[in-house]
Amino acid sequence: MNVLAQPVGVSHFLIVGAIMFVTGAVCMATKRNALGVLMGIELVLNGANVNFVAFGSELLNPDGIGLDGQLIALFVIVLAAAEAAVALAIALNFYNNHSTIDVDRADELKG
Amino acid sequence: MAIYFENWLPSWLAYLVAALVHCALLINVIAVGALVYIWLERKVSGRIQDRLGPTRVGGRFGWLQSLADGIKLITKEDLLPGGADAMLFRVAPYVSFCASFCGYLALPFAYNWVAMRMNVAVFFIIAVIGLEVFGVILAGYASGSKWSLFGGMREAAQVVSYEVPLGLCVVVPVLIAGTMDLVSIGEQQAGLFTNWFVFHDPFTFITFWVYFTCATASVNRAPFDLAEAESELVAGFHTEYSGLRWSFFFMAEYGSMFAVSGLAAILFFGGWNGPLPIASWLSLTAEHGPVWGYLGNLLGLTNFILKCSFGVTFMMWVRWTLPRLRIDQVMTTCLKYCTPIAAAMFLGATIWTAAFPGGLILRPTVPLGEIREGWLEKAEPTSSASVSSASVETKNFVARAADSNAGR
Amino acid sequence: MDINWHSFFFMAFAIFACGFALAVVISSNIVHMAFYLVLSLGATAGLFFLAGADFVGSMQLLIYVGGTLVLLIFGVMLTAQSPFISMKTKGGEWILAAIVGGSLLAILLQATLNIKEWQAGEKPLPDRAPVTASRLGMGLLGARVDELDKPAAARAGMSGYLLPFEIVSVHLLVVLIGAAYLARPKKRIVPRGFEQESQS
Repeated sequence: MNVLAQPVGVSHFLIVGAIMFVTGAVCMATKRNALGVLMGIELVLNGANVNFVAFGSELLNPDGIGLDGQLIALFVIVLAAAEAAVALAIALNFYNNHSTIDVDRADELKG
Repeated sequence: MAIYFENWLPSWLAYLVAALVHCALLINVIAVGALVYIWLERKVSGRIQDRLGPTRVGGRFGWLQSLADGIKLITKEDLLPGGADAMLFRVAPYVSFCASFCGYLALPFAYNWVAMRMNVAVFFIIAVIGLEVFGVILAGYASGSKWSLFGGMREAAQVVSYEVPLGLCVVVPVLIAGTMDLVSIGEQQAGLFTNWFVFHDPFTFITFWVYFTCATASVNRAPFDLAEAESELVAGFHTEYSGLRWSFFFMAEYGSMFAVSGLAAILFFGGWNGPLPIASWLSLTAEHGPVWGYLGNLLGLTNFILKCSFGVTFMMWVRWTLPRLRIDQVMTTCLKYCTPIAAAMFLGATIWTAAFPGGLILRPTVPLGEIREGWLEKAEPTSSASVSSASVETKNFVARAADSNAGR
Repeated sequence: MDINWHSFFFMAFAIFACGFALAVVISSNIVHMAFYLVLSLGATAGLFFLAGADFVGSMQLLIYVGGTLVLLIFGVMLTAQSPFISMKTKGGEWILAAIVGGSLLAILLQATLNIKEWQAGEKPLPDRAPVTASRLGMGLLGARVDELDKPAAARAGMSGYLLPFEIVSVHLLVVLIGAAYLARPKKRIVPRGFEQESQS
């Protein structure tokens, strides 16, 4: 129970952010479904957001960068939504044209 | 409440017990509320259709009918369709119920009687109520039947589309109040019913009606209940659910109805402040002692629950009066009517509050929009001098507001 | 036995977030992956609330979970035909990804744990975080009221966020119009290999 009695600091949040980032990168690299790759992208952006909010938190990091971290996190959320919309449109176009969502079959430009 | 328990228990146990008491009270609100509203729905629908409704179970008015229904649902067989995705089928009702329940965390029932007093309470409630759609989509997909899938997809499209005008409508009272904290918004409407935001300016009046339409669509009540239409999709996304799992969806629906009615009551109709300030006439306020303050708050709680119940009854009345809209009519109402009207009302309310800051005909007794979160005093240290020359009510109000922000 | 509930809930939400993120990678059923992603991002919103950033946490729930992931789930439902629901990756690719991911994680963790200013302090955290909503709003409009404590010399280079706010608004509009145009219904091309069957 000793672990639960200590207060959390910025480093705890950064560890969580790092794990989510790496998980998202592995997901992007290994999934064959185009939407699986998109989920990896969302995880990567979330890991980065956790880092930004940890640095911009006035509770954990009162002498840090202040609310800048939270403002940047807001912009990241909005841009992630926009990019997910475009990625989904591309994935749906690919599905409609090739009747498959498998990214390994997107090899028409292969030499 | 945790600070009160700290007198007897160690600090960590005090917080745990306080949190459990809050959760138990809120679950009681949803469960007992669902019980009462199911009975009320059957009575209201019966009377509108010129018949009596339940009259046998529990006496002349059949008020134990919901209990009998609950016992029947618990004893039903727990089905799992053959082509269903087992994990998602089982988890979907709980996702819906959790989303509906989390909305109650920031909903105040009387002054400072709120599970978590958040500065962004309105935003939080709108965000969490929109998460109910996941339970519906997962239920529709996991049932393995095409009627459920269609019902789930239609409901998701409807709920997500109606979040836009809902957000715009909710911003109007937030703009007038100057804060997203629901306790402060309710506190600013203390006094006579002329202080209520719905009577503040004609734009807010119209905004309330648009809000109510969007809220009805958000919780999938008729005339927007195409997702669960019996005549079209068997029962939509909950076709394959039976027994206790189905009752979770139902509790989530009635819980959401109560939550959005509660939000309407606080944002537009003064929350726990009645049309007449009976609590202060009977000296049931905190200045006269903690017990009188508690009784005054209890009166406010009763008032709030009456307003919410009236909102829910109004939704039921509309359900059994109007015919159902088609899905393209639902989308047209959202995109071509509700959203532009809400945007126009937002613009109008902004111009009105800028032009007439003290109100035009109905002058509020407490200053609206005067919530400051500490940074204005740092920027303009002279503003506190202007407050000291204001009335006693204003000073009390500002002191209470500063109180709530000081500990943050 | 003294439990710091803030640390307890941080651990709980952190384990949920990382655990469900790992479940997204490990699972091969696309609909299950989408559901685990929803839970992971919801737990991340909880982490934001614990860091005192309640406005950002609510925004994560409303926009990311309630908007972006609903969009993603619609896409999953539209393409979830039976051959594509579970697609497995070959073993060799897993090993390569694990090596790259593992080395990246090692670098990040080593950097995190070695910087003294980022470690947890000894004294417990204050009970409530200062409220952020109106200061964030004013910052987005250009007035940095959250920086009033700093001396004027340090404040000289800190501008408001009005320009990025406007740019992002127009960007969102352009992107969504483009995505709606890209995803418009078109005549479906019959893929190669099916034409002979339909003609014979």
